[in-house]
Amino acid sequence: MSTASVLAPKPPPPAATPRKPRRRETTSTWRLTDRIGLAFAWLLGLLFCAIAASIVIYLLIQGLRYVRPSLLVTHPTVGYTENQTGGFLDPMIGTLLVALIAMAIAMPVGIATAVWLSEYGRPSALARVAESTVEMLAGTPSIVLALFGTLIFEAPALGFLSQTTGGVVYGRSFFAAGALLSLIALPLVVATVREGLQSIPGHVREASYAVGKTKIATTRRVLLPAVRPSVITGAMLGVGRVIGDTAIIVVLLGSTLNLEGVGSVPLLGTLRGTGSTLTSYIFYNAPTGDGNQPDKAYAAAFVLLMLVLVLNVVVDVFARRAKKLRWG
Amino acid sequence: MDETEIADAAEPRVDQDRRAELLLGALVCTLVLVLLAMLAFVLHEAWPSFSHNGLGWFGTGGSVDDQIQSIFTSGDLHTTPQWLFHAWPLLWSTILTTFGAVLIAFVCALFISVFVVEFAPDPLRRVLEPVVRLLASVPSVIYGLVAVLVLVPLIGNHLITQHEKASVTPVISLTGYSLLAAVLVLTVMIAPIMIAIFCEGLRSVPRGWIEGSLALGVNRWRTFWKVAVRTARPAMVAGTVLAVARALGESVMLSMVSGTVGFSPNPADGLIFLFEPSRGLAATILQNTDELSSPPMKHTLYAIAAVLLFSAMMLSLIGWAAKQPMKRYFYAGANG
Repeated sequence: MSTASVLAPKPPPPAATPRKPRRRETTSTWRLTDRIGLAFAWLLGLLFCAIAASIVIYLLIQGLRYVRPSLLVTHPTVGYTENQTGGFLDPMIGTLLVALIAMAIAMPVGIATAVWLSEYGRPSALARVAESTVEMLAGTPSIVLALFGTLIFEAPALGFLSQTTGGVVYGRSFFAAGALLSLIALPLVVATVREGLQSIPGHVREASYAVGKTKIATTRRVLLPAVRPSVITGAMLGVGRVIGDTAIIVVLLGSTLNLEGVGSVPLLGTLRGTGSTLTSYIFYNAPTGDGNQPDKAYAAAFVLLMLVLVLNVVVDVFARRAKKLRWG
Repeated sequence: MDETEIADAAEPRVDQDRRAELLLGALVCTLVLVLLAMLAFVLHEAWPSFSHNGLGWFGTGGSVDDQIQSIFTSGDLHTTPQWLFHAWPLLWSTILTTFGAVLIAFVCALFISVFVVEFAPDPLRRVLEPVVRLLASVPSVIYGLVAVLVLVPLIGNHLITQHEKASVTPVISLTGYSLLAAVLVLTVMIAPIMIAIFCEGLRSVPRGWIEGSLALGVNRWRTFWKVAVRTARPAMVAGTVLAVARALGESVMLSMVSGTVGFSPNPADGLIFLFEPSRGLAATILQNTDELSSPPMKHTLYAIAAVLLFSAMMLSLIGWAAKQPMKRYFYAGANG
């Protein structure tokens, strides 16, 4: 602390550090080990660029080769050739449904948890437990969550959320998959919103208390509107994880390609029924899956990659906006 | 103003505030309880498999695939349930892929993050940062797809010679679904996560510390290596823990790439070891989920899940413990 303040009485922002003198520096006077280290860093950095570029370009080329507008609007069917197997309309709807259900659960719970952790946090023992719980959730393998899901949703009491035949609850439905996927998105939402809340300085809260607002009113009217960019960033990160997860979908959504509803109520029936998402469609159509239609898998992977790309751009925009929000 | 009036006006608001706090607290408690319930349920379901096998569960013996098959078929009503299960080949596969990938990814991520933060030219840095984040968020099934269609045939057709294939034919067939492919793809998958977190840690090192070292005449590389990388150690631990957790729990990509045989690759075989197929714990669960209807199979799968869950918990505990002694410098730096 003291070193920093002595050396730079008014520390300039890192971006503004003068870079000019460094350009004149040569590495010829460096020790050999240092030069090797630098060369290694350059090598690995460039190698990383090459690998990243080749993956992205390869996927783009393969995707553009096989993706057709008609694939996006036709239902998948079972068949042996590329012409027979149809498109992936149902998996796309499935991805959307799963993301909606998961975020509908993860957003309120995540924001509430973040608010409690950052604004209340009493008793502190509970806060510590909750914090490590969320951290543990982030490290839990999704396949374990999926198994836990089959255990819960096969319980007779939750039979109304999936198909029941002869008293046996099937336990696989959009509800089941969405509920467990929300646990995957939750740690991301909590971490992002909490970070946003903690970056708001205390005097903002005190100003609100001073005009007679209660704590919860301050949170609702002042703090949450202020962290809206963080909330959106967290939501988008969560959606990214949810639409990319395969294990939970494969286990908890059943293995039908088409949306197969249960009962006669239109939307509710679909949500209680089984289906597929883009990830499970790719898994099914990969050479190791049952479908084995690599062209379709490439096309679906391309669409999924585009979705992830769009989410990433949105996250970037809002993260920048969250950072721009400075409190004097 | 009358005092009671103020109190009256204030009363409902304070009440509302307390109610909100209790409500939020209850929600958080529910979340904690759900997680504890998950732990309890998984352990409870896993218990029969552990209790019938004892420590032999973790040991070697027999073919794990035959054991799974007989456990599954014994789920029929008229047969006595079979429990014999020695999971060592699955454990060994998970250990090999996880450690191999994390080791390679850690070294690469360390150098790449130093490069990105300090040494990369500005235009390259501006491209690299979003690319790292994109690669970290690409779904694992896409990595699996690319690997199955590109890397696996490449290894199967060009890296493994006919002679090598013939030499192990009685034991196992080498087709390209291999440990090497699994480790490489897993490395590419987890390295971006590590790089992103390492970069964040390196960037939050106070500029003054680095400039102080530079002013003393220490060159840029040494300064960065000795000052910044050391200060950012908590971030390194955090990133590594996250990456190990991801690698441990990876089921989809590994079930596509590493092969479907419960075989334990033997390092004594020499180079062929890298080309031998295997199947990890998480991939085993994924491939056998259709067999949950058979009670002994269900308990066995939950036992595998319990091992994964336990390792994940131990991992976050180790990460937490490792960060404690290093935190001092990090936070002192962040405040200075």
